[in-house]
Amino acid sequence: MGKIKPRAYYRETLNGGFIATKINYMLGWGRKYSLFHYPFITACCGMEYMSAACAHWDFDRFGVGMTTFSPRQADMLFVVGTISQKEAPVLKTVYEQMCEPNWVIACGACAVSGGIYDNYAVVQGIDKIIPVDVFIPGCPPRPETILNAIEKLQDKIQHQKQDWKWKIKK
Amino acid sequence: MENKKVIDALTKAFPGKVTEVPDRLGDTIVRIEKDDLLIIMDFLKNRPCEFTMLLDLTCVDYLSSKGCFEMVYHLFSISSNKRIRIKSEVRKNELDIDSLSDLWKNANWLEREVFDMFGINFKGHPDMRRLFMYEGFEGYPLCKDYPLRKRQPKIPLRKITK
Amino acid sequence: MNRIQKEARKESLLINMGPSHPAMHGTIRIMLELDGEVVKNSEVEVGYLHRGFEKTCEHKTYFNLLPYTDRLNYVSPLINNLAYVMTMEKMLEIEAPERAQYIRVIMSEFSRISDHLTALAAMTMECGAFTVFLYYIQAREEIWNFIEQTTGARMTTSYIRIGGVRADLHPDFKGLMDKAIKVTRRVLKDVKGLLNKNKIWIDRTRDVAVANPEMAVNYGFTGPCLRASGVSYDVRKAHPYLVYDQLEFEVPLGDKGDNFDRYMVRMKEMEQSLKIIEQAVEKMPASSSRAGLMAKGIEPDEAIKASRTKKAEERVNLSPNLQGSEKDVRPDILVKGKKYTVPPKEDTYTNIEGLINHFKFFMSGHGIRPPKGDVYFSVEGGNGELGFYIVSDGTDKPYRLHLRAPCFHIVSALEEMIKGHYIADIIPTFGSTNMIGGELDR
Repeated sequence: MGKIKPRAYYRETLNGGFIATKINYMLGWGRKYSLFHYPFITACCGMEYMSAACAHWDFDRFGVGMTTFSPRQADMLFVVGTISQKEAPVLKTVYEQMCEPNWVIACGACAVSGGIYDNYAVVQGIDKIIPVDVFIPGCPPRPETILNAIEKLQDKIQHQKQDWKWKIKK
Repeated sequence: MENKKVIDALTKAFPGKVTEVPDRLGDTIVRIEKDDLLIIMDFLKNRPCEFTMLLDLTCVDYLSSKGCFEMVYHLFSISSNKRIRIKSEVRKNELDIDSLSDLWKNANWLEREVFDMFGINFKGHPDMRRLFMYEGFEGYPLCKDYPLRKRQPKIPLRKITK
Repeated sequence: MNRIQKEARKESLLINMGPSHPAMHGTIRIMLELDGEVVKNSEVEVGYLHRGFEKTCEHKTYFNLLPYTDRLNYVSPLINNLAYVMTMEKMLEIEAPERAQYIRVIMSEFSRISDHLTALAAMTMECGAFTVFLYYIQAREEIWNFIEQTTGARMTTSYIRIGGVRADLHPDFKGLMDKAIKVTRRVLKDVKGLLNKNKIWIDRTRDVAVANPEMAVNYGFTGPCLRASGVSYDVRKAHPYLVYDQLEFEVPLGDKGDNFDRYMVRMKEMEQSLKIIEQAVEKMPASSSRAGLMAKGIEPDEAIKASRTKKAEERVNLSPNLQGSEKDVRPDILVKGKKYTVPPKEDTYTNIEGLINHFKFFMSGHGIRPPKGDVYFSVEGGNGELGFYIVSDGTDKPYRLHLRAPCFHIVSALEEMIKGHYIADIIPTFGSTNMIGGELDR
């Protein structure tokens, strides 16, 4: 993302003017601290995800503690672990069931690029199936890295164009 | 010494059908014909040998060198604390062997795995389907002639655009 | 068309559970035929985490495929390393030095505890005991801290190498280790108080999914699940490897083989593992290296500073996260002979002979080349007998490598175990089998 120059940012996201910008900001602020996430855990990285979720590292501090196992209520899809060719349609179905706006984190080398499994059975990165917002490298990533990724995603959510119903149509 | 007892019992019960394979590491290895598989396994499972547990069942691809697959069975006897390895060849022209799923229940999945990975048919298996790979997957991935990176995606993959 | 769809009666309800389901941790799919809430019939489908482990290993050298074994049973990676390495050692007919064997015992017992903790954590959480889950993970965190201190990684360690271990224990290992043991003991005591006589817990797990001894043996159960059925078979006792025959421990047994027994056996086993660790630390031979437990070496940044003012000293700490001088600790933890082990980094970086040895070890077609033949060896993993079957054709890559995954056999019995029980009983049953996708699907 990098630092956003305020003036350019307002011009880009303005669409409506000062109030629209402020609403945009407010919505971003609200959305980033109330992420309901769907943990799509398949493999090894799930263990580190468990560590990050539990009391020791506790990512509830960042407002992502709410785990929901229904994609329809989730804002963020946490793809943790290897996605094999057999699993790929399942992941796609889950993603398609999520409501807008939604975000995806690919956690671990396997989800990012297939990792060390460059063979017939593994999808070489989940971005071949669904769009991804944040990639977390590491095999498996340490809990700190997961926390860092969550912060990065929150940063992104804060600064992106927010959709809201009453937005002025062009 | 103990190993010898089992092999003696086997050769006594099935003269001429069992060949002992010498092993430098001290494992008990026996080679049999695939037609005798069921009776020999049945004999081994019951008294006096009591190999009550099927530890493992797998297959090795020797198509390029010997023109056959080799089935490898590992049995374990809890009462006498012994392991035995049984090998049997499956020739290229008839890719089938008797199923052990009547004797041991875990043979069901193990044989499905071998069918999935090598394409060997098991006669008398209740449910011969692929275990790990999906329907529509062509070829047998663990065979030596299957390329490591030959992918057969189940769903069309996205094109990544900037 | 699935088998269950063909077999199901017209009036019963078919329900799909998984592969992405909160209780199906890992990825597995169970199709259920229900009559009300009772499971009449079911079909388990696996393979959602098939990663081509065996095929990939055929394309890697014996040394290079070690990291893949970490990711089989990802809750206890060190035992997987151990199983593979011990198989190779049997094939090469070498034996690790005694100190390395004790380190291996300590490490694999800690892994076993972390495996059991995670298994029970998942099982209890899915029954609603979220507190217990948090407690268990806290204990696991302490254990992983200790493992990280010694191996440099929390989970995927690749620490146990052919011929020994990667590095000696950290000089201050006792601090973190005692803390890990203390926390684990406390957690076990707390959980015992919370669950062992808890009415809800007992109601949900007693007499559910009973596996009688005949069934358990017939399905090839090993490990805690077999022992819960009352069959005393532990690879550590039956075919002792490492120094297990010199250590005293009991093999806890259950009597019924239901979910509660599987929970109890795991709880008791953790206590035994703690006992083994304490004994092993006591009996472990002291490090013979000149500088004590860990040979002294300067930290890299200090070495750089020193090199500015005077000649760089010989013993620079080349792998700062693990140990000081590799050469000094080597005799304690690795077998002799350049054929099986990576040459010490000091030699590689400072003299030509060491460099040639290094290249010869990693060059394709060279390196570890075991004689022709096949070998099976197994160790007691977290879930049971974890065995490797390796066929060598004399080259530096395995011709065939097969893993005997303990939970494969246990999950294959799941269909029979949940038959006739309520749909809610599937979850503790599934938890008690400790299905680990990496190991099951490979």
